[in-house]
Amino acid sequence: MTAAANEVRPRRTGPAALVRRYAGLFRVQLSMSMLTAMQYRADFVVKGLIAVLWMAVTLVPVLVVFGVRKTVAGWTFPESLVVVGWFTLLRAVLEGAVSPSLTAVVEHVRHGTLDFVLLKPADAQFLVSTAKIEPWHLVDVFGSLAIFIYAFSKIGRWPSLLNLGTGVASLGLAIIILYSIWILVVSASFWVIKVDNLSYLFGSLFDAARWPITVFRGALRVVFTFVFPIAILTTYPAMALLGRLDGKTAAAALAGGLAFAAIARRVWRRALALYTSASS
Amino acid sequence: MSGEAVPARPGFAADLARVAKAFPTLLRVGVSEVVAYRAEFLVWILTTNMPLVMLAIWHAVAADGPVGHFDQRAFTTYYLGVLAVRLLTSNWVVWQLSMEIRDGTLSAKLLRPIHPIYALAADHLSAVPMRALVISPAAAILAYVGWDRLLRHDGVLLLVFLASLVGAWLLIFFTMILMGAIAFFIESSLGIFELWLGVHAILSGYLVPLEALPHWARSAADVLPFRFMLGFPVEALVGLLSRHDALVALAAQFGYVAFFGAAAVGVWRVGVRHFSAYGG
Repeated sequence: MTAAANEVRPRRTGPAALVRRYAGLFRVQLSMSMLTAMQYRADFVVKGLIAVLWMAVTLVPVLVVFGVRKTVAGWTFPESLVVVGWFTLLRAVLEGAVSPSLTAVVEHVRHGTLDFVLLKPADAQFLVSTAKIEPWHLVDVFGSLAIFIYAFSKIGRWPSLLNLGTGVASLGLAIIILYSIWILVVSASFWVIKVDNLSYLFGSLFDAARWPITVFRGALRVVFTFVFPIAILTTYPAMALLGRLDGKTAAAALAGGLAFAAIARRVWRRALALYTSASS
Repeated sequence: MSGEAVPARPGFAADLARVAKAFPTLLRVGVSEVVAYRAEFLVWILTTNMPLVMLAIWHAVAADGPVGHFDQRAFTTYYLGVLAVRLLTSNWVVWQLSMEIRDGTLSAKLLRPIHPIYALAADHLSAVPMRALVISPAAAILAYVGWDRLLRHDGVLLLVFLASLVGAWLLIFFTMILMGAIAFFIESSLGIFELWLGVHAILSGYLVPLEALPHWARSAADVLPFRFMLGFPVEALVGLLSRHDALVALAAQFGYVAFFGAAAVGVWRVGVRHFSAYGG
């Protein structure tokens, strides 16, 4: 069956009603995830511990590198801690809210159960993107706050309100980009079925975002700026907090990010039109 | 399956003879599986990109003078060595095993006239030739860049290195069987494995050369099993170890192989009795 044809559009009763409707849906999806997570309390504790351990693992290479040098590629230790802080925060968003849902889509495509999602009278991309949230990644959020506080107390100068504003705005942009890349990955699963390990590839590439973009040279710099833009994900937000991001770079990043999101949405719709359901 | 006669319990020698007879076929099946899912296989290979990222970072650090006795060239050979050894010896038994235990597909495999551990070994060994093919460019660059120190041009070190690769493969395989078999008893065995991986990343020499760690962490790494899974073969390959040190490390490595082999088989035996074969 061509599912796109069966996708029922919500009645168009104005944008306000639409937003209200999807806000309600989001609340329902969120509470479902919470209930599921609360069921496995022992798991909850183990996962929290793992989150703390991974934070330590993230910090070790940074500590080792800055143990031998005062500055690396123009970044001091506390300054690159700000990058690590953004990295930890974004990883919490990625692993807590983005990856679990979209991993489930790949499963759906493989088993053919995506049919049930497509039959529901709401936007399929919205439904699959909000299907699963893992609340224990809040530990990472607190960890990143601790890292920020430590870093700025080391620098001895706190970010101004304007810097904080641009920082938060660039976090929003970073989340949009992360999500768009993920949507592209998931769309690939409609063409090549066995891509569940693409999520591992994604995660492993994302790991590089703990470093400021300036440490990379040559081909890696190009890849990490334009193809898998860790520069926009963590370096620019960190520069924004430090008050070092100039307006032109910020505008270019914003335009690039929004274009990326639009392309991802188009690719997803194309992919969905191709979906012919697995023979299960 | 119930009609199939269960083979009489043979002795260990007969057991081995049967495995030896079945092994070539199992390997052939494994190889054709790798070829069939080559896209997925390549994606898996690409997830091991951390050594290259770390290489880029150390290059930036060592741009203005060597770190310890690591200059830029030494870092290049070290991390290419890490990449090659890691890709040759790693496998994904723990995920496979814990999934098969949890969803019950293991019960069918228990009925086969070959022990599942042997079947798993064949399955993962058959990926080695393809992995060797993929890493050959990296190995060629390594040999070119690091030729003057490669294995210290010593035949004995070459033999030690080859033996250490076998040892590393076995050690990783047995620890993974052990962790996977814990799924017989508890739900979150993969969580435990993640903790293990976190410690492994730091103390195996994967993220940073063990030499660069603080003294106490280094002495811990010398006695714990992690170094023998990765760091030791790499150090031997790039000429960081004298003949004497390498031989001592090799003995320790095979000591660990024997220990974890026994532990894995022991936990497996108890676990299988515990296994109630749900699903299937």
